[in-house]
Amino acid sequence: MSGSSSQSAAGTPTGLLEIQRRMAAAVMHPLTRSETMPRRRRDGTSNKSEADAIIRPNDRLTSFERLEIYNRQYWFRLYSSFEEDFPGLQTILGRARFDSLMRAYLTDCPSESFTLRNLGSRLEAWLGEHPEHLGPHPQLALDMVRLEWAHIEAFDSEERPRLGAKKFAAIDENSTLRLQPHLRVLALSWPVDDLLLQVRTENGSAASSTNNASVARRRRHVRHIAGMAPRPIQLAIHRHENTVWYKELSPEEYRLLAALIEGKTLGESIDLALRDSEIPEEQRPAFLQEAFANWSMLGWFTS
Amino acid sequence: MPANRFNGFSDYAVGIGLRIPHYQHILSRHPVVDWFEIISENYMVDGGRPLEVLDQILEQYKVVQHGVSMYFGSADPLSREHLKKLKSLVRRTKTPWLSDHLCWGSVDGRYTHDLLPMPYTWEAVEVTARKIRQVQDYCEVPVVVENVSSYAEFHVSEMTEWEFLNEVVERADCGILLDVNNIYVSSKNHNFDPFTYVNSIPSHRVAQIHIAGHSKFEKYILDTHDHPVLPAVWRLYGRAIERCGPTATLLEWDDNIPSFDEVHAEALKATKFLKAAAEAAPRQESLTAMQVAAAAIVEPAGAAR
Repeated sequence: MSGSSSQSAAGTPTGLLEIQRRMAAAVMHPLTRSETMPRRRRDGTSNKSEADAIIRPNDRLTSFERLEIYNRQYWFRLYSSFEEDFPGLQTILGRARFDSLMRAYLTDCPSESFTLRNLGSRLEAWLGEHPEHLGPHPQLALDMVRLEWAHIEAFDSEERPRLGAKKFAAIDENSTLRLQPHLRVLALSWPVDDLLLQVRTENGSAASSTNNASVARRRRHVRHIAGMAPRPIQLAIHRHENTVWYKELSPEEYRLLAALIEGKTLGESIDLALRDSEIPEEQRPAFLQEAFANWSMLGWFTS
Repeated sequence: MPANRFNGFSDYAVGIGLRIPHYQHILSRHPVVDWFEIISENYMVDGGRPLEVLDQILEQYKVVQHGVSMYFGSADPLSREHLKKLKSLVRRTKTPWLSDHLCWGSVDGRYTHDLLPMPYTWEAVEVTARKIRQVQDYCEVPVVVENVSSYAEFHVSEMTEWEFLNEVVERADCGILLDVNNIYVSSKNHNFDPFTYVNSIPSHRVAQIHIAGHSKFEKYILDTHDHPVLPAVWRLYGRAIERCGPTATLLEWDDNIPSFDEVHAEALKATKFLKAAAEAAPRQESLTAMQVAAAAIVEPAGAAR
C-alpha cells in the first residue's frame, strides 16, 4: 500500500479545523476503479504522505490503510444512497456509464446537507453542464432524472390543509391559488413513468440513514431498456394517502398547473393553458370545470 | 439507579431500532416492545409516509431519538436548519433524551455522512462540549453522546478516548450513550483493554447503552450492525450494567436485517442482565446474580476475559 511521494503534504496538523479539512480531503477524494484509495490525488498530493502526517499506524495497518477504510466507507455510503434514489437512471445508462456519472457528480457536488435525502438535488443542473454523461439517449436519461427527483420531492414534502369550500367559492380570475408543496408537474419527451414504476417495484425502496459501517458496495440489478420510443407526455407527480402517484396530464392541464405553481393569477393561468389549444371553444368551460373538480378532489389546492 | 437526569428520569428497559423492514409487522401485529429508537434524520422531513408511520408508532410505543449527523465534534458551527427540524421532531416524539455521536463528519459545509473519529485534544474537548451545550439549550431536552467505533487514531491526540469522553461530558454536563459494541470494536482496532474503558466512564451519566453485532476482518473489526451480539460484547455489557445499574438498552441491527421477532429476541437477552442488576445493590462491584446472567448468555466461564 505504500507509495513513494514526490509531493509531500504539509506537516502534521494540530488544529481541529485543519485536521478535519485534510482528513475530509482524503476521505472524499474519489476511489480508484478498483475501489481503493488512490496513492496520489488528482492534484498530485500523495495520500500516503497525508495519511502519515495525520493518522497513527498500528501493528496491523499502515496510516494509509487506516485512512483508506474511511475513504471507502464514504463512497460506498454515497453510492448506495445515490443508486437508491436513481434506479431508473441506472437502468437507462447501464452500470458502467451510471457509475462514471455517479462518481463525477458526487465528486463535483458533495453533500451539503445533513441528510442524504438531498444528495441528488443538483443532478439535473449538473447534467446540463455535463451532457457527456447522459449516454446515447440524453433526453431519455434527463427525463428520468427529472422524474426521479420529483418522486423524491413528492414523497416527503409538506401536505398543507386543503382549501375549504368557502375560500374556493370566493376565487375570481385575479386570485392566485396555492398548490400542495408535494405536487410537481413535468413535461417530458419520453414516457419514463412506466419504466420507473417497473424499476422501483423490482428494486424496492428503503432509503434511510443508519450509523453502521459498509463492508462493501451494494450492487443493484440492472435491466437493459429496449423498445422504448420517445413520446411527449406531461405528468403530475403527487402524493395521495402517502403514496407517490404519477398522473398523466393533457398539455392544457400541464400548462394550467405549471402557471398556477409559478404563482400566476387564475386568469393568466387559464389564458396560458388554452392558448393554441386544440380544445374547441365551446368545450373549454367543461374542460376547466372537470380539471378543477378533479384536482380539488385530490386535495391539490391549499390555503 | 434505574434512571437519571440525563435520560429525563425515564425508566426504560430493552428497546430496538425502528427500521423500515419491520414497519408492517409492528403496525399490524402490535408486538410488545419496551421502546423504539428512531434515527432522527429519517423523520426530519416535512410530510409523507415516514411521519405517518412515526405517528402511528407514537400512539402505541415510547420512542427515543438517536441522531447520526449533528457532528458535535466538527469545527463547523451547528446548522440552524438542522436544529430547527430536530427541535420540531423532539416536540413531536416527546423523546425523554436525545442522542448523537461523539464524532465529526462535516467540514466547510460539506458532509461525509460518516461518524469520523475525533482527535483527542483539548481544543476538540472545548469545541465539542460547547456544541453539545448549544444543542441541549436549543432543543430543551437532555442530550447524551455516544462513543463511536473507530479505525484510525490521530498523531495529535493528547489523551485516551475515554479520557476525552469524560472531559467532554463533564464540560457539557451531558449524558452518555455507552455503546459497548463500539468500545469492543475500537479496543481491537487500537489495542486497548475494553474493560478499562468501561471502568473509567462516569456511571452516573450513562443514560442509555447500545449493543450490536460487528464483522471481523483479517486486520481490523468493522461496526456493521449485521450480526447478533457477540459473547465478548455481552460480557462488556454485563460489566457496564454492573457499574451503571439497570439502564435503557438498545439493540442496533441495520444491515441484513432479520425478522422482527429475531431482532427482538436478540435484544431481550439483555433483560437477564437488567434483572440481575435490579436485584442487586446499585453500583456494587461484585454481583453474583450478574455473573449468573452473563454465564447464561455468553460462552462458558472459561472463555470469559
